[in-house]
Amino acid sequence: MSNFNDNIKKRYTVSNLWNIIFTFATIVAVFMLFLLLMNIINGAFGYVAIQNTIEPTEIISSGNLDELDESQLIEILESNLSKGLIRRYNFENPLIDRSKTEIMSLVFERIIEPRVVKSWNLKESILGRNAIIEYTGREYPNAHLQFRSWLNPQFLIGSQASVPELAGIRTAILGSMMIILLTIAFAFPIGVGAAIYLKEYATDNKFTRFIQVNIYNLSGVPSIIYGLLGLAVFVRGMEPFTSGAMFGYGDPSTANGRTILAAGMTLALLILPIIIINAQEALRAVPQTMRHAGYGIGATKWQTIWSHVLPHSMDRIMTGTILAVSRAIGETAPIVVIGASTFISVDPSNIFSKFTTLPIQIYQWTSRPQPEFRNVAAAAILVLLVMLLTMNGFAIFTRNKISKNRRSN
Amino acid sequence: MTETNIPWYKTKPKYHESIIQWFLFICAAVSVFVTLGIIFILGKESLLFFREVSIIEFLTSTKWQPLIEEFGVLPLLNSTLTTSFIAMAVAAPLGLFVAIYLSEYASERVRNILKPILEILAGIPTVVYGYFALTFMTPLLRLIFGQNTVDIYNTASAGLVMGILILPLVTSITEDALKAVPYSLREASYGLGATKLEASLTVVVPAAFSGIAAAFILGLSRAIGETMIVALAAGAGPNFTFNPFEAAETLTGYIVRISGGDISYNTVDYNSIFALGLLLFFITLTLNIISRKLVKRFQEVYD
Repeated sequence: MSNFNDNIKKRYTVSNLWNIIFTFATIVAVFMLFLLLMNIINGAFGYVAIQNTIEPTEIISSGNLDELDESQLIEILESNLSKGLIRRYNFENPLIDRSKTEIMSLVFERIIEPRVVKSWNLKESILGRNAIIEYTGREYPNAHLQFRSWLNPQFLIGSQASVPELAGIRTAILGSMMIILLTIAFAFPIGVGAAIYLKEYATDNKFTRFIQVNIYNLSGVPSIIYGLLGLAVFVRGMEPFTSGAMFGYGDPSTANGRTILAAGMTLALLILPIIIINAQEALRAVPQTMRHAGYGIGATKWQTIWSHVLPHSMDRIMTGTILAVSRAIGETAPIVVIGASTFISVDPSNIFSKFTTLPIQIYQWTSRPQPEFRNVAAAAILVLLVMLLTMNGFAIFTRNKISKNRRSN
Repeated sequence: MTETNIPWYKTKPKYHESIIQWFLFICAAVSVFVTLGIIFILGKESLLFFREVSIIEFLTSTKWQPLIEEFGVLPLLNSTLTTSFIAMAVAAPLGLFVAIYLSEYASERVRNILKPILEILAGIPTVVYGYFALTFMTPLLRLIFGQNTVDIYNTASAGLVMGILILPLVTSITEDALKAVPYSLREASYGLGATKLEASLTVVVPAAFSGIAAAFILGLSRAIGETMIVALAAGAGPNFTFNPFEAAETLTGYIVRISGGDISYNTVDYNSIFALGLLLFFITLTLNIISRKLVKRFQEVYD
């Protein structure tokens, strides 16, 4: 008997031990998310050592530029910058007509040119402040330290630049948004249409089952394969169409299919299976009585779908679509294959423009060797995550609200 | 037969109804065209590639150096498998444990907090995971194993982070499989005096085995097709090595690097990425089909 009791004790000890292991595994998983977010925040803020290319003291001995008046500042500009640049400035707006603050900012940007020579992450900045001050004093005696948030208004509205502290993501955000709008315009009607056909019209025959299996398999195809498909079909095969040459945009001889249109269509194909699967789930949730009610008052099949089934399931369809679209926003690999653009600082003007997107920028900045670009990438990731979390949060919130409402009804 | 004998509801042929139905049918058929398109494009360009390169060399040579016309897929495939297996080594046990915790141990309240967190983890773009691998995992590995052992770019770091990426996927499918096991089985084992662990491990997990296997296979397939993490963290340049601390380019990493460089059409380089794509497509498709079959099996048993 004592042997049996010992055995029970042992079994429960083992059981409790594994309970701890399971809980621990879950904590590890949650901790990973925390670590990931912390790592990004860590990169997006921190001290930077800024060094001027030309010290103000070299221009005026006191080092205080405010003492100079406008004509002196213009003189400084003219003596330090190339003739062509001055001519361009004069062409845009004659220097003499500009206000003193404008001239001052030009002097600042073009002549003094403060550059980040070294950056530190948030953790180092908080824990090793003294070491940073000491290091800067030793290595960069002319630099001054400044706490910088890489995520700042200038970053959001600035265009691409070759120096990290001036780089911005306006072009990328515009590119992402235009592509997403196109993606929705293609994928939403086709996806919902396909779901309606499969759930409401199709009879359970071999062909329908084949389509269903096919959709399931498509949803598992790696995204980079869609990139290859888009490259061969949209970029290369349909070049006159996707480059806009067919519609008189751009020069046909330099036509290039690597445009927003091609990217939008590729991403539409990518999220199509997800939208179809989600929309089918939504339609399945509509009670059969809804349809009977429609037929009962003499509606045709389509009238029933349009006036009863779709309104009843639209919230679920939208939720599923938002989740699919948020996947498209973060998708990088197929867009890199399609886009292949390296440096784009011009805003996309129409769907036949070349483009860059937020994930592409993050990819390029992360893969640069200069550590400052990692900080820029971290700031861009924060913007991307905020965008995605807002969308996902909205979708999850709506879903929970729906299921609560349905339960209370 | 006179006209009045025709029932009133048949007098108005409803052409638009059938037009709409045809339109919806075409929408559904688009997905088939996408599949055909993928197979056609990959097949066509691969054929052009295999006209230049013998298929035997492609599958057996351990050198991938397009500059000197060496096209052996093994180094790329090897590093793809290395990263994927490292990822599975993280995601399989962790995913199984988390799923068991969520399905068997956690209270409703805890589950309502944890599931959205896992969904957030699943919704984070892969390029962000790539950043994480490069700026966190790699320095951590170099700190633990030493700067000399671990390269700046290495497959271990990419694989570990990939494990975190596929963790939510593995967890959610495994949890579904565990949940599908009828409660009566658990009650029967409690009735025999089993502890919670014994009920979970000896009854629930074996009963959900095919579903769990499906989850693992789907996770593996996702890992093999994953691109951005390996493109950022695993390094550029094919390298036939079994050392996870060395840099080695994967199938997907190579495709993204080459196509990102504005290649010209009708070159062997251009065709080669499609041949690699075809290989990738076949591997992932096979795994997905197996996983689908397994899922069906556990659905059939308990539904």
